[in-house]
Amino acid sequence: MKRILATLIAVAIALPAWAEIKIQEVTSPGGITAWLVEDHSIPFTALEMRFRGGTSLDDPDKRGAVYLMSGLIEEGAGDMDVRTYARELEALAASFSYRATDDSVSISTRFLTENRDDVVNLLRTTIHDPRFDQDAIKRVRGQVLSGLKSDQTDPNDIAGRSFAAMAYGDHPYATDGKGTIESVSGLTRDDIIAAYQNVFAKDRLYVGAVGDITAEELGTLLDTLLVDLPATGKAIPDKADVKIDGGISVVEFNTPQSVALFGQKGIDRDDPDFFAAFILNHILGGGGFESRLMHEVREKRGLTYGVSTFLVPKDLASVYLGSVSSANDRIADAVNVIRDEWARAASEGFTQEELDDAKTYLTGAYPLRFDGNGQIAGIMVGMQMEDLPIDYIATRNDKVNAVTLEDINRVAAEFLDPEGLHFTVVGKPIGLDG
Amino acid sequence: MVRALALSAALIAASPLWAKEGHEAVTTFTLDNGMDVVVVEDHRAPVVQHMVWYRAGSADEPIGSSGVAHFLEHLLFKATDTMEAGELSATVAANGGNDNAFTSYDYTAYFQRVAADRLELMMRMEADRMRNIRLTENDIVTERDVILEERNQRTENNPRALFGEQMNAAQYLNHRYGVPIIGWKHEMEELDMDDALSFYQTHYAPNNAILVVTGDVDPDEVKLLADQYYGVIPANPDLPERIRSQEPPQTAERRLTYKDARVSQPYVQRSYLAPERDAGAQEKAAALFLLAELLGGSTTSYLNEKLQFEQQLVVYTGAFYRGVSLDDTTFDLIVVPAEGVSLQEAEDAMDQVVSDFIAEGVNEADLERIKMQLRAAQTYARDNVDGIGNRYGRALTSGLTVEDVQAWPDILQSATADDIIAAAREVIQPETSVTGWLMRDDEVTQ
Repeated sequence: MKRILATLIAVAIALPAWAEIKIQEVTSPGGITAWLVEDHSIPFTALEMRFRGGTSLDDPDKRGAVYLMSGLIEEGAGDMDVRTYARELEALAASFSYRATDDSVSISTRFLTENRDDVVNLLRTTIHDPRFDQDAIKRVRGQVLSGLKSDQTDPNDIAGRSFAAMAYGDHPYATDGKGTIESVSGLTRDDIIAAYQNVFAKDRLYVGAVGDITAEELGTLLDTLLVDLPATGKAIPDKADVKIDGGISVVEFNTPQSVALFGQKGIDRDDPDFFAAFILNHILGGGGFESRLMHEVREKRGLTYGVSTFLVPKDLASVYLGSVSSANDRIADAVNVIRDEWARAASEGFTQEELDDAKTYLTGAYPLRFDGNGQIAGIMVGMQMEDLPIDYIATRNDKVNAVTLEDINRVAAEFLDPEGLHFTVVGKPIGLDG
Repeated sequence: MVRALALSAALIAASPLWAKEGHEAVTTFTLDNGMDVVVVEDHRAPVVQHMVWYRAGSADEPIGSSGVAHFLEHLLFKATDTMEAGELSATVAANGGNDNAFTSYDYTAYFQRVAADRLELMMRMEADRMRNIRLTENDIVTERDVILEERNQRTENNPRALFGEQMNAAQYLNHRYGVPIIGWKHEMEELDMDDALSFYQTHYAPNNAILVVTGDVDPDEVKLLADQYYGVIPANPDLPERIRSQEPPQTAERRLTYKDARVSQPYVQRSYLAPERDAGAQEKAAALFLLAELLGGSTTSYLNEKLQFEQQLVVYTGAFYRGVSLDDTTFDLIVVPAEGVSLQEAEDAMDQVVSDFIAEGVNEADLERIKMQLRAAQTYARDNVDGIGNRYGRALTSGLTVEDVQAWPDILQSATADDIIAAAREVIQPETSVTGWLMRDDEVTQ
């Protein structure tokens, strides 16, 4: 029956069949809430926990503390030093990984059903009783400093830092969450413990689980892992005041190919025009080979291997960014073509055919995202953080399809800002005035 | 009725290697024209990945045309007799799918990910461009600029990549693996229509290709469609054997330093010529795979224990072995010194630790932990059938068979501590090695 229906739909409007993602909301006896997709076909579970706040919780003079702390969580816990701990984890064949971004710290895990209780006990100790031993701090700090040194001569990193410094003023977003060589060198064990206490609390926790686990088993697991966390963490900073002026800034760097990061003010995820902007971005520069920029800059002129744009709606500010790289003597051409396309989109808008193609792609590609337990767990946590309803997946394509040509062209005229589009170019560009 | 008959014929043709309960659901068969087919089923979501792998990569290129395999990969997105330039990708996108391609030393592969009911359309288009591309001079000129910018982005702008090219070139005295996949820049600049078409006509044929379909599909239906679209393409009777110039005995240790102002973090890399996984004889490769895991695969690996935790000389250690390869591969070590530690000190310490490891022998508990993780990896792998498909595609283009792929996990489990040490003694030989130092160009050698 399902197959026949799918075929009919395909004939009618060329939409693929849907992945069936049945999300349950589970609340543990201790009051922790999680979203769950049960799938007992493979004997393992992916569990994603995310804490809102991230590296933006750093005090200005302690930049990099949250990032370094997130690298130290796995460096020993309870009565286990780092080496004993690593052996325990490897013997269980589970994986725990930690990631600190501007807006969150996440713990992504997967573990087999056969030894789940042992894994959960180890994870509980990890989250509640990290050691932050001095020798571990020294070692991991060395790794972070090594990475920071490499970033200093990476044209993409240089461009990112330069652009952020311009756009975000004195907000935490203006500087790299990994910190600077100076700030990281100065961090103490007390700073790491403070960062740990700032981040891990129940008032900012979001959980998703997918796989071979029942709602009841998940409830027990949530209480074991999380119910004893503190109720509150550090206050999240205010929103950033984004300031991007048009023009070009050049950061001189001796390398054969210039890297350009370009951008303008963005649009918030909860803005009523977000979906129109989302489709607009797809047509202009987000849609891979099919985008206008890819067609103009790469396919027609061979000026680059890749050009793309992306909406970046973060918790505390939204920007609209893009990137391109071309040989030093060709980057000026690439910049000009991008500028012209930006202006053309703002003044002329898009065609009905472009809109229809974008909708077909975006609605058809959506179910392809749900292609693994870990991915689905991550998506569910993202949905909760954006305050989307639990049935959002079933309604999301309707929101895309509801956007009209009038909407998207109105938003193109209002939102796209060719005059305010700034290019930060790293390299030895020829014919560009910084 | 016709359909039912065809189905039963397909059932006979297909060797139904329906894996045991709880294992990968893999079916393989071969079309009449010699095209191999691998189907991996996963019915959890109505999605399919359709791939065609060619047994042709950069190591199959003619001398002087480095980069042509990858150049041709780009050109396969241009026009055919029935499709305009870009139409294939546009059609995939219009059906809500994604497509791309990639090239390596031993293979070139094309793929689309799309809703499962679009499989037939994907096959029709992919089969079309196997024989029918129509290139213009403008395609050649523009796309050559694109691959040069790709080389700029991946290699010229990245001192670690430039260093890696020099390491490889020094490692292989005679084999084509010493030439970068993307090509040497001066040869890429000269690639033309004839180079591209000659490579295409020689290598792109069903008897040199493997179809890999993964996801929500029925192997019998895949067989029907594959017969319809790929089965009708004639085999190339003149397909050349894949005979490449092999390495002579390597008898002299090589050393190089690569200096670049853009280097912030210097390091030492060492590579040894090493045997690859051979059909029906993967035991030595299994031992080398485990050797890499034991020496440098994790936090608890031997190099890390000694150099990072005990002696505190480095910030990173790693050991790598790429066993899936048509010809001789490499076994690689890398150490990134801590602040204040010279490259010479780091290299000496690395050599001492490797020789201690061989002298001490393998710790059985360490080996058992790695084997447990490999067993678990088989469970986790079932969550990613596209990954399973890729594994078959790489193996089958690199001289291995379906049976080799399926035997590999058990061969890994059977490898003993003695096997591992024997393999280490055989491969860790200065005469077959290259040692490279990546340095800032203002750095003084100590």
